[in-house]
Amino acid sequence: MASQAPLAIEATGLVKDFDETRAVDGVDLAVRSGSVYGVLGPNGAGKTTTIRILATLLRPDAGSARVLGYDIVEEADSVRSAVSLTGQLASVDEDLTGRENLILIGRLLGLKRAGAKARAAELLEAFGLAEAAARLVKNYSGGMRRRLDIAASIVVTPRLMFLDEPTAGLDPRSRNQVWDIIRSLVAGGTTILLCTQYLEEADQLADGLAVIDRGKVIAEGTPGQLKASVGTGALHVRLLDPDQRTEAERVLGRELGAVHLDPDPAALTAQCSDADRGAEAVAALARSGVGIADFSLGQPSLDEVFLALTGHSAEEGPPEQPEVIEEEQPA
Amino acid sequence: MTTTPTTEIRSSPGADEAAVRKAIASTARPPRASALSAAFTFGWRGMLKVKHVPEQLLDVTITPVMFVLMFTYLFGGAVAGSTAAYLDYILPGILVMSVLFTTVYSGVALNTDLTKGVVDRFRSLPIWRPAPLVGSLLGDTVRYLIAGTVIIVLGVILGYRPGAGVTGVVAALALVITFSFGLSWVFTTMGLLLRTPNAVMNAGFMGIFPLTFLSNVFVDPATLPGPLEAFVKVNPISILVNASRGLMEGTASAGDIGIVLATAAALTAVFAPLTTRLYRRG
Repeated sequence: MASQAPLAIEATGLVKDFDETRAVDGVDLAVRSGSVYGVLGPNGAGKTTTIRILATLLRPDAGSARVLGYDIVEEADSVRSAVSLTGQLASVDEDLTGRENLILIGRLLGLKRAGAKARAAELLEAFGLAEAAARLVKNYSGGMRRRLDIAASIVVTPRLMFLDEPTAGLDPRSRNQVWDIIRSLVAGGTTILLCTQYLEEADQLADGLAVIDRGKVIAEGTPGQLKASVGTGALHVRLLDPDQRTEAERVLGRELGAVHLDPDPAALTAQCSDADRGAEAVAALARSGVGIADFSLGQPSLDEVFLALTGHSAEEGPPEQPEVIEEEQPA
Repeated sequence: MTTTPTTEIRSSPGADEAAVRKAIASTARPPRASALSAAFTFGWRGMLKVKHVPEQLLDVTITPVMFVLMFTYLFGGAVAGSTAAYLDYILPGILVMSVLFTTVYSGVALNTDLTKGVVDRFRSLPIWRPAPLVGSLLGDTVRYLIAGTVIIVLGVILGYRPGAGVTGVVAALALVITFSFGLSWVFTTMGLLLRTPNAVMNAGFMGIFPLTFLSNVFVDPATLPGPLEAFVKVNPISILVNASRGLMEGTASAGDIGIVLATAAALTAVFAPLTTRLYRRG
């Protein structure tokens, strides 16, 4: 790992209070240039407040931070000149067309009229929005709005980009498109600070990760390190016949040790850190006449990491199925 | 408020990775936009909104148009002896009402930006801080002009002939718009304090509606019971209406105009810094 790379974000002891509640409670962050750094936590953990402080939208009550070398309070304008923010709400103007939105941002960033128009056209084309360019954004789907939002953030390519829950509410297809765009940005050299409550998203994109809960960073590391800190992986098995679960539990218990019965009456999970032993256990199940519908062997999910770190789940629903608000299109 | 039904656009091919990479690689940072250029860009945005969301302007124009027609023909004979005489009396008043109603939307628009997250983007840009607020004033002027012109044109069609001619009308319109600038800061402050655009609209009209009716827009204050007459006489809207009538007829008093300008300046002095501070705080 290139630990020599300069730090794009360096925050120490950030604190922010809203009335009675302390939203951010002493957050330290160190983000290397050129990386994707994930800030992972449930709703209300303080992720958005942290990002808003770093993007100069809020002043911290205590602590300090430098973004790309500039102090976020003393040199806020220099920070703004080098970063862009894609907020939790798709922050584009619904009453304008997609093209007008991009021209607006281009003009505000100092492009001349012709330059802003040309840049808008280029981005609309690149983000698959050329056909919808002349339509009002209020008629866009969630996925299109998100892409326009990200396009607006790179009208002038930022050195650092804040992305606050960029795929919240998107269907899986749109989510994958957004992920691809983020990977392209990173390949182009942009540093990204990504806030998310989707564990899979952090796993897919982030090089480094801070887990945040109740305004505090409770763990830090690569996704791999965090998983390793929980210890073992797991073998998940689903049976053809739920009546055979007791037999399967006995076999897996003998082969692997601790077995956990899942809420699904046909499924069970056993601790398993070694792929060979896992394969043997599955073979033993088959020999004993238990019918297997499917099985998988994996590292613990980040949800399990979160549970292990905080004693409570990262969110109510299963993380792999973010709530889909709108379907983008039939295939 | 008018809402437009939402139709989904069904075809969107997604992003083209190679083109995205090329787009990311291809820009150098331009020199920072000047304060003036940023403000004008926001003015342009305001005008695009007039174009794309004409309903908003229509909502506030239709009511005054209805008032002109209704009051002139229903009550004109009873109140002023003839519909023609009453039209002369209420037209400058309804001009004031029409433009003042439009100022509420300055607050509604700002609150909409806030709740939709657009303000966050603007605040994260390296621009002159008050540019979004100053720029929206420019867009607002266009809406004030349209709202005012509609009423004047309607009046002329119905037979209104102001004594001071075109010059008087232009002067009156300019005075009303100047006062509206001052008043609009009250609503932008509300726009930043209240939670939803609807709350801003309701609270705004709850204030402006009674103030407009308890003025001399519709009736001569001399016909009112004592305490009410006293209030109507000091109501700044009455003074603005008096000044506008005076300008349109060529009989304006410098005193009235002075009070109107001073009120506008006072409102601006109090509420413009308040709006700017609240906006910065976000």
